[in-house]
Amino acid sequence: MNKQEQKILFELQKGLPLDKHPYLRVAEKVGCSETDILRFIKNKQDEKIFSRFGLIVMHRNLGYQHNAMVVWNIPDARVDVIANKMAEIKCINLCYRRPRVLPDWPYNLFCMIHAKSRKYVHDTLTNIKTELDISHYPCAVLFSEKAFKQTGAKYVSN
Amino acid sequence: MSQTDDTHLLDDTDKRIINSLQKGFPVCSRPFKKAADEIGTNEDELISRISILLDENFLTRFGPMYDAAEFGGGLTLAAMTVPDDKFDWVSDYLNSVKEVAHNYEREHVLNMWFVLGTEHQDDIDRVIKQIENETGLVVYNMPKLHSFFVNLYLPVD
Repeated sequence: MNKQEQKILFELQKGLPLDKHPYLRVAEKVGCSETDILRFIKNKQDEKIFSRFGLIVMHRNLGYQHNAMVVWNIPDARVDVIANKMAEIKCINLCYRRPRVLPDWPYNLFCMIHAKSRKYVHDTLTNIKTELDISHYPCAVLFSEKAFKQTGAKYVSN
Repeated sequence: MSQTDDTHLLDDTDKRIINSLQKGFPVCSRPFKKAADEIGTNEDELISRISILLDENFLTRFGPMYDAAEFGGGLTLAAMTVPDDKFDWVSDYLNSVKEVAHNYEREHVLNMWFVLGTEHQDDIDRVIKQIENETGLVVYNMPKLHSFFVNLYLPVD
């Protein structure tokens, strides 16, 4: 990453300025043209490096109070096939493979379901287990109803 | 942090803004004008409403989300088993660590979960060691190995 890219990312991670010309304001801080900023963002979107660009909601305050992390222990040989099928299911918001931490944490596939009720989460899970024929794999549901801190990660320093 | 369902405080325009701009934001010289035309409001109104939605904690961010790894940064999900009598202390401590981006309680033996974001990948191990030393607890480190799906579109109706 060159110096200019680093400066642009540093400015963008603060959030877009709430101004009629937000990209021009970023350009002024970086010391480049508005066109440079627009081109940079479009390139990063094309390269899928900016996974999302827009509003990020505080899900709890919008009624999604029941946030479940559903974890599975699926044999390594099958986990990718099953995860790709899970990713097709509409109510799953995120799906990641992560390392097991043995012996206490045997789970290697993590899904997130943001829901307005616990019943919705349980009903959804019942359907997924039947549909993908994965009821025999160990699974745990970890609800979270209390967050202590929620800010965007800051990766780039000035 | 307010965590109640406050959707009754939103009007139809707010809801259209939230639903529309979660899917993306224009990249052009007057993006608020372009977005406002699509949503059915005007540029000044859109800017002012986004500002209020941020202040009132309906939104956490307005801008890009990117994967730290693409820029040499570190990102991981971690968890600890925290005894009840230490829980508040550990939670306050984690909130004070600048690399902790997100910190929350889950109903499990591993009851404290947090996301770490660092400028360099190498910093992750250092921050985890620091948290273990300060708390005297074991940190389970579970970095993402592969992402199958990310679609956090959460419509409000």
